[in-house]
Amino acid sequence: MSAVRSVLAPLRRSALAGRRTFTSSSSRRSESLFVHRDTDYNNPSERDCREPTDPVQIPFEFDAENLKRANEIISRYPPQYKKAAVMPVLDLGQRQNKGWTSISVMNAVAKLLEMPPMRVYEVASFYTMYNREPVAPNFLQLCTTSPCQLGGCGSTKILETIENHLGIHAGQSTKDGKFTLIEVECLGACSNAPMMQVGDEYYEDLTPETTIKILNALAKGEKPQPGPQSGRKTSENSAGLTTLTSKPYGPGEFCLPEFQ
Amino acid sequence: MMSKTRCLRSTRAALRSLPSTSPVTPLAVAARSRSLATVADPPVRRYGGLKDQDRIFTNLFCRHDHGIKGAMARGDWHKTKDILLKGDSWIIQTVKDSGLRGRGGAGFPSGLKWSFTCRPGTRARWGFGLTDAVNKPGWEKDPRPRYLVVNADEGEPGTCKDREIMRGDPHKLVEGCLVAGRSMNATAAYIYIRGEFYQEASHVQQAIDEAYKAGFIGKNACGSGYDFDVYVHRGAGAYICGEETALIESIEGKQGKPRLKPPFPADVGLFGCPSTVANVETVAVAPTIARRGGAWFAGFGRERNSGTKVFCVSGHVNNPCVVEEEMSIPLQELIEKHCGGIRGGWQNLKGIIPGGCSVPVIPRSDCETALMDYDSLKDHNTSLGTGAVIVMDNTTDMISAIARFSKFYKHESCGQCTPCREGTTWMMNMMDRMVAGRAQEREIDMLLELTKQVEGHTICALGDAAAWPIQGLMRHFRPEVEARIAEYHAKHGQVLFGGKLLSDADTRYALPDNLGGDATRSIASPAA
Repeated sequence: MSAVRSVLAPLRRSALAGRRTFTSSSSRRSESLFVHRDTDYNNPSERDCREPTDPVQIPFEFDAENLKRANEIISRYPPQYKKAAVMPVLDLGQRQNKGWTSISVMNAVAKLLEMPPMRVYEVASFYTMYNREPVAPNFLQLCTTSPCQLGGCGSTKILETIENHLGIHAGQSTKDGKFTLIEVECLGACSNAPMMQVGDEYYEDLTPETTIKILNALAKGEKPQPGPQSGRKTSENSAGLTTLTSKPYGPGEFCLPEFQ
Repeated sequence: MMSKTRCLRSTRAALRSLPSTSPVTPLAVAARSRSLATVADPPVRRYGGLKDQDRIFTNLFCRHDHGIKGAMARGDWHKTKDILLKGDSWIIQTVKDSGLRGRGGAGFPSGLKWSFTCRPGTRARWGFGLTDAVNKPGWEKDPRPRYLVVNADEGEPGTCKDREIMRGDPHKLVEGCLVAGRSMNATAAYIYIRGEFYQEASHVQQAIDEAYKAGFIGKNACGSGYDFDVYVHRGAGAYICGEETALIESIEGKQGKPRLKPPFPADVGLFGCPSTVANVETVAVAPTIARRGGAWFAGFGRERNSGTKVFCVSGHVNNPCVVEEEMSIPLQELIEKHCGGIRGGWQNLKGIIPGGCSVPVIPRSDCETALMDYDSLKDHNTSLGTGAVIVMDNTTDMISAIARFSKFYKHESCGQCTPCREGTTWMMNMMDRMVAGRAQEREIDMLLELTKQVEGHTICALGDAAAWPIQGLMRHFRPEVEARIAEYHAKHGQVLFGGKLLSDADTRYALPDNLGGDATRSIASPAA
């Protein structure tokens, strides 16, 4: 079958040359592409009719350590629901693949979890944390939802600071390949607004000065101290504790007699 | 008649002057001394001012060890075996007595909800008084496992309470899973933590590992003969997964698209088995309630709004923070006492969103009288939601803030129901034009009508949540929107429906009359 196809392929190509095919995609109106197109950095490892002119294949395999982790994750779910592990395993794959989920990663996950690849594509395209385009090692995710927009000095200022400092706009990567910046929706640290996430770490209570400090440290390859940059520890009142000032009560204290 | 009134007044005055420490006896005496049925002033009770000894989350700010040693020193895992041995109905009765209502937003009575897993079919009635009558015996014969699913997909803008609980007191959550799981005879708990919460997920995972090692969970949990497993499932960035059925779909490894109900999760939930989805805070307070008694918890807050609550305050306050306080604390006191007041003083306040972005905004006049509980905020046409207070002072462009929420909902709509998928986009586009003022006055009502068309016509509540902030804006800040429009009209001339300028219209053709080109201006321009 594949032999017949490979014979027919050049014919098909010449017939279609110069004509706009009806499958060509329209302009991208959505934030992310929902149709996969093979590129030289993102194409599947298994194709049944590969042409010599097709871009090189980029396969993906889970390494031994991640395979062990994946099996541990799969064991958390009922055996007949192996596919329940698709989200954590995709995350593993993304971490192994330099922070982004290529089509080969999705295929590898589908193979591992014995589910149709389409089901994995559906999941990977639904959730925002699966990056289907390559990202830089310093992946800056700035929260710009209203609480961050209002709190502190406001995320609009932080966004301007980062854009000016790195010379990129949200959704772009720097030329040196060190930073990618995107705007995201609420990251759930609203009392510590404005904040951004770099990789897995939260940097909170940002001001333009501390933001630049963080960016400079990241550019040097250092890892700045995560958490609030204003000096407070978590989300307590920064002017001094208003609650939980006394020593926490111990086991059985204030409990019913039977639980004392 | 005169003397009667005076007598009544003096009794009241006497009552007021009595010390508030012994309110019961004088009242009874006063009631006996009256000859006619009269209404006695109940003793005024101020809410708020919770003492540290009554706070459940004693490590909310991560000042102490979050590991098992520190947690046990703070009273976690103390006599958990005794709680488990008391049995499911005792735990459920205690939670019912405590008056605990779900802390995730909807405020459904928790004791009732937890009893559903053992009593399939009751949830569909949605009746508070009916449930006991519809109790279906024989749930033990159902061979399927039962699951407790903990909703830690904290994504509602403004909300950051579960995060602090999971970072500081992860053992309270794990122990809560065990106690709540025992009450519904569940076999396992899945804690669905949003993917961005990496540190929080590691703290919870650490707590689970420690609890397994200490024999508190797993086979024969705490030596009670009851087997219970706890697993963490990390999400991957989708607000909609905070909806209970979407969350279940997500754990099953599918797109997080809400399911139609019925069947309710209590009948067919996670992996097709009876399940209960509960918020982190709801689950984490259960062991403390069991140990200190339902009456203790019920003693806080007003009737039917009892307990303590973790509030998170963000926006234009001097010191935004997360704090555990008594329910029914006045909103103003919460802000003045714990957050150092509004920037520029209380008079500088414009509006507050008291429960996360999906509840309507209330203006300053309402903020002065509102109590932070389900019923009081409902009386103010808003809702307690998750207890996430977003404060906006007079510098805020209110229209722009609400328009940002519309963008949020447009981004987070799962796309399953047409009214929500299309409606959120429409709302965002219209709100974006309102921010500039590039709209017609009539479009305000069109927008409101649009929100009504979305509200209640979708599978889950995201459509409603997208509609309410806009309705709140128009309810309280409509003059501001109108002024913005008038300003734009004064500068650029009339705008047609849809945002096109009349001056840009092609004059070679007749203008269709459904574009609002002939609409007469009903509001004054800013110059007038």
